[in-house]
Amino acid sequence: MKTIRIEYFAVLREHTGLGSESFSTGAQNVDELFAELNQRYNFPSIGQLKVAVNDEFGDWQTQLTDGDSVVFIPPVAGG
Amino acid sequence: MSDFCFVTGSVAPEDYQAHLTDQSCGGFVSFEGWVRDHNEGREVLRLEYEAYESLGIKEGERIIAEACERFAIEHASCVHAVGQLELGQRAVWVGVSSHHRDAAFQACRYIIDEVKQRVPIWKKEHYRDGNSGWVNCEACASAGNHVPPSRVAGAS
Repeated sequence: MKTIRIEYFAVLREHTGLGSESFSTGAQNVDELFAELNQRYNFPSIGQLKVAVNDEFGDWQTQLTDGDSVVFIPPVAGG
Repeated sequence: MSDFCFVTGSVAPEDYQAHLTDQSCGGFVSFEGWVRDHNEGREVLRLEYEAYESLGIKEGERIIAEACERFAIEHASCVHAVGQLELGQRAVWVGVSSHHRDAAFQACRYIIDEVKQRVPIWKKEHYRDGNSGWVNCEACASAGNHVPPSRVAGAS
């Protein structure tokens, strides 16, 4: 098991009611982590998500190690 | 000062424009994004911006660096608001200075277009009818639809 820090923004923050959390998981990569979180929170249909690992854009296959931070990025709307 | 930053509340260009001043430059172009009172047929009362700032600053600085490489400009800067904004307030400001105007126009356009597509910033609109919603979020247009989000690999 590893502990991953997850930060939530915008629609995901409102849906989970959390700004961030420490999540214990056996997930090997970001995709598996997302599946576990989706089981817990039943995320609404948001559109295409991106992901960041340790404050850099990552891939759904990015491997996770203990202490990593992960952010799921809903479709952006700056400007 | 970083070439890209976030501020809470309306952007004040005078705080940033001075950094673009250069006697070798004959052109200065800026773009301001303002809070508009309508969007897609709905009356908007105010906006709320939220940003993933640590990644947003990195991505914003990458965009400025790209603009400096692609176009013959001397200086460029971009500031984006976070928090609550009222109608008419400045949500974003881009400024570019260059020896000649063409490059400044092109770089300014490049920066605002890329910022809107790539920087992790979210906008929540508050409507006159009492509802509110995150722009570009599917569920916000069709509440109650619980299809899992789809996933995109890699950065854009």
